Amino acid sequence: MLSNNVYLIGAGETKYGELWEKSLRDLAVEAGLKAIENAGIYSKDVQILYGSNSLAGIINGQENIGSLIADFSGIATNNIPAVRIEASSASGGAAVREAYLAIRSGEYDVVAVGGVEKMTDIFGNEVLDMLSSLLDREWEAFFGATPAALAAISARKYMKDFNVKKESLAMMSVNDHANASLNPHSHYKNKITLDQAMNATSVAEPLNLMDCSPITDGASAVVLVSEEYMKKNKLDGVRIISSAISQDYLALHSRNSLYTLDSTRAAARDAFMKGGLKPSDISFAEIHDSYSIYGLMELEDLGFAAKGKANTLVEEDIKLGGRLPVNPSGGLKAKGNPLGATGVGQFVEAFLQLKNKADKRQVKDARYGLLHNMAGTGSTSIVHIVGGE
Amino acid sequence: MGELSRFWRESDHRYRIMANKCGNCGKVYFPIRDVCPQCHRESIGKMKPLELTGKGEIVSFTIVHEAPPSFVRQRPYTLALIKLDEGPTLTGQIVDTDGSNVEIGKRVRAVFRRIGEDGKSGIIQYGYKFALE
Repeated sequence: MLSNNVYLIGAGETKYGELWEKSLRDLAVEAGLKAIENAGIYSKDVQILYGSNSLAGIINGQENIGSLIADFSGIATNNIPAVRIEASSASGGAAVREAYLAIRSGEYDVVAVGGVEKMTDIFGNEVLDMLSSLLDREWEAFFGATPAALAAISARKYMKDFNVKKESLAMMSVNDHANASLNPHSHYKNKITLDQAMNATSVAEPLNLMDCSPITDGASAVVLVSEEYMKKNKLDGVRIISSAISQDYLALHSRNSLYTLDSTRAAARDAFMKGGLKPSDISFAEIHDSYSIYGLMELEDLGFAAKGKANTLVEEDIKLGGRLPVNPSGGLKAKGNPLGATGVGQFVEAFLQLKNKADKRQVKDARYGLLHNMAGTGSTSIVHIVGGE
Repeated sequence: MGELSRFWRESDHRYRIMANKCGNCGKVYFPIRDVCPQCHRESIGKMKPLELTGKGEIVSFTIVHEAPPSFVRQRPYTLALIKLDEGPTLTGQIVDTDGSNVEIGKRVRAVFRRIGEDGKSGIIQYGYKFALE
């Protein structure tokens, strides 16, 4: 008897960007159908659908996302379960994890996950108020906190305590843009210089526009199957080796540290342990750098660098061709950050990389990919390790 | 967001910085909690109200330039994490300064101020901000 190992057999996504002419449902359906076609199955084969989305209720006035996606993907009358998974900006990772568990449990063999966010259906700074719903509304956002402001508060303390220069943060964004320039689906196609990254318009000091992920529309989708189904149908896939999720306090002010992400540390520890792997086994990482400072903190808390020391790694080793390529997709800063899609998009990138189909941004000899998706300022972290064969 | 009860429900805590203290381990929480994350069931029914002095020090801060609609008129504003003398850390603005003399570690005290308003004709929300000592 075969194990109930879980494989990724198809992936698809829309372009990420400011897609004025496309609606929430257009995006979700486009990505979903691409993934199903890419998987070499038919939509009638899908046994359960997970939709991943963070803010459609307040941005688009649309809830009931599971039904919306199933309906307009043409499978409403298949009578399969279709529900939405929400974990703020980690919704995507959470939805793929639920799909993984659904197969691991033995209940389902074919699961589709579609992540979508339509963020430009609203005026400029109104979206900032909605983004602040990722925080504790009553005790952070009420007093004027925004996600960027809290990242900035972490950045200032981090830079002071470890004597790290702002340039090290900016290098995360330079790397993201360089990789995004090679990704046809990315929000931004332009490379940026360190000087541009250092001297952009201030958002929340010490962070500027080039430290912050943009407001992005987009959708990403993947198809997961059991090993048994894959082999019986002569399909080909990439294995999800381990999946881990962890929580911390919701508000930054309640946490033990402003720059140690305990949820990320716990999820990484769990993912490595379950996979029987260690950080040095990883060929590339897609990390949740919604703000440049988080890139450094996460590389440390995922186990790739000691606390306060990620600057050396960022300056020397994270480029394509480096010791640990980080965010070959372009990352949240430059591929873009359509919240509900972001975590699913990491799987799309991993699928391409591990199938050796990432074209100009291909990581050489990619064997293991680590994917890290995070909610808000670190209240939830999700780590997956994929590949290995 | 025109829901009035959302605002008056927290008035005690926002006007007087009412915290609570675990009757089991003595740790002070702000905002208040029904259960102590350290003592769990041993703390249930033993969380006692405690009014804080509002004095503390700056853990870290930022000067915010990109703000949501209800804070646009205040920008740039200084937002900080303040560690209060009784233990809890909270998020609040530092006022009566342009931010240039704000530093990590400086002492602050709470002041009662307007925080925001619910649109042009909506209710005005009050609560704590902080001033340098």
